[in-house]
Amino acid sequence: MSAMTIQKALGDGAIVAKRNLIKIKRVPDLLVFSTMSPIMFILLFAYVFGSAIHVPGLSYREFLIPGIFAQTVIFGATITGAGLADDIQKGIIDRFRSLPMSRSAVLVGRTTSDVLNNVLVITIMSLTGLAVGWRIRSSVFEAAGGFLLLLLFAYAISWIMAWVGLIVPTPEVVNNASFMIIFPLTFVANTFVPTNGFPHGLRAIANWNPVSSVTQAARELFGNTSDKFPAPKDWSLQHPVLYTLAWVVLLLAVFIPLSVRQYKRAASR
Amino acid sequence: MVDVIRATGLVKTYGELRALDGLDLAVPEGTVLGVLGPNGAGKTTAVRILTTLLPADAGSAEVAGFDVARQPGKVREQIGLSGQYAAVDEYLTGYENLDMVGRLYGLGARRSRERARELLERFTLAESADRPVKTYSGGMRRRLDLAGALVAQPAVLFLDEPTTGLDPRGRTDMWEVIVELVKSGTTLLLTTQYLEEADRLADDILVIDHGRAIAQGTADELKAQVGGERVEIVVGTPADLASAQAVLAGLADGPVVVDEHTRRITAPVKGGAGVLMEALRRLDTEGVAVLDVALRRPTLDDVFLTLTGHAAEAEEQNKGKGKGRKPTTAQLEETSTR
Repeated sequence: MSAMTIQKALGDGAIVAKRNLIKIKRVPDLLVFSTMSPIMFILLFAYVFGSAIHVPGLSYREFLIPGIFAQTVIFGATITGAGLADDIQKGIIDRFRSLPMSRSAVLVGRTTSDVLNNVLVITIMSLTGLAVGWRIRSSVFEAAGGFLLLLLFAYAISWIMAWVGLIVPTPEVVNNASFMIIFPLTFVANTFVPTNGFPHGLRAIANWNPVSSVTQAARELFGNTSDKFPAPKDWSLQHPVLYTLAWVVLLLAVFIPLSVRQYKRAASR
Repeated sequence: MVDVIRATGLVKTYGELRALDGLDLAVPEGTVLGVLGPNGAGKTTAVRILTTLLPADAGSAEVAGFDVARQPGKVREQIGLSGQYAAVDEYLTGYENLDMVGRLYGLGARRSRERARELLERFTLAESADRPVKTYSGGMRRRLDLAGALVAQPAVLFLDEPTTGLDPRGRTDMWEVIVELVKSGTTLLLTTQYLEEADRLADDILVIDHGRAIAQGTADELKAQVGGERVEIVVGTPADLASAQAVLAGLADGPVVVDEHTRRITAPVKGGAGVLMEALRRLDTEGVAVLDVALRRPTLDDVFLTLTGHAAEAEEQNKGKGKGRKPTTAQLEETSTR
């Protein structure tokens, strides 16, 4: 891609992103519902499961919050797929495709507005977390790095969801399919409980699950760790930032071209 | 005159179904071509190929001098498309929708804003400009969608069934808008299921069925082909049949048919209601007692019955349930109705 086409993609992408953000403003229920379930999760885990889960040297709530952040931003990324499927169904993608605009702008705009939506969601979550006793114990820079990594990971997931949204027939299918996949993905991980009690095979899967590494990285960057509770010995959790970034690069490298290609033929089905 | 839209031998298949089966068409600059056909005839598929949304399996097409397959970007700069399903964003206001389209055409912020206001005014949407489209009626959405196609003042316009699903009032409003548009010299390709609509808006009508052209001509030429208008009279007593036949023969421009059993006389005519009035006056003078009288015009069904040997009715039934339906599924269902 030349500089011109990248500039056009970003410019057109910004126009599309603005359109998606107006929708969040006009239908605030969307934001309410996308934050309500994570807030409920925080309260359920903090007060119900938390009473039975013991993390050595650390309050369970501090352990829990970065995990819920990870799960929430990943679910937040599914809007990308549902939004695109909806646009195809309503014929808006046809209008976009008949305009002399960048071929990747709709996807760039969609994924960008979904990250901004996630910023909003994670802000609300952080406030809820602070209210139930979560604290950031690191420097401002490290904490910012933690948030940035979570959002970056969600951005990469958005591109998977973009591809899914373009191949499935209706937005409902995106929602059901992502629920089926993302639930196990975010539970077979260190998000809610330490993995050392998992059965052997499951523990290996959990420890190499990128959801675990992004959670571990966030815990370290927010200072929600304890010497009495060291990270598992697996390389993925010893170098969680690096391992997470590797996944981000891999996902973007695979799913950006796949999604753009699928977009070009989306309406040809 | 130069052909602004030209397609040669377009073929598109969906599995076993041939949605387009070697379609040829040409639209000279500044004229309106009405593509007339029932649901499933391939109208939408043709528009999608011509507007670069869909690649053809075979054949070629040029729009404004650019090849749709090889120079799709150039084609998109020249065209405006308004589809069967009003492709407007319900959460944006009318103004925001048009402003967005203007910016995506690359008009720039100031020009996009001006153009959006101009079009809202012209399409009598100014009062609702700042309300979300969610609150618009079906007719208003269609007008907004059409306005979206006109934002960049395209040289070539494609309207895919612009009035399908509208109520009679909405349809008449839409026609007025399109007639105005055509006066300004835009080249237009319009698809429709309604002969009346093609008649009203198009210079030239192309009738298609099963993905190929089956007839082409002006509205008058096509009507002549399917029999034109006819006056039908039912007389009170068999004794009046002969004198009534003589009266109608004097006005008909073809052979008069008499059905003695139903006492019905049918005469092909030219001149519409005027001829009917004259017929009644003369029948009255002759003292013929008329039980029933009608002036019949050819309908889409007549066109199809005559040209294809099958009625458009079965396919018509599919219409209406598809509002807001995904265009792609619609196409497949369209083709599967054969």
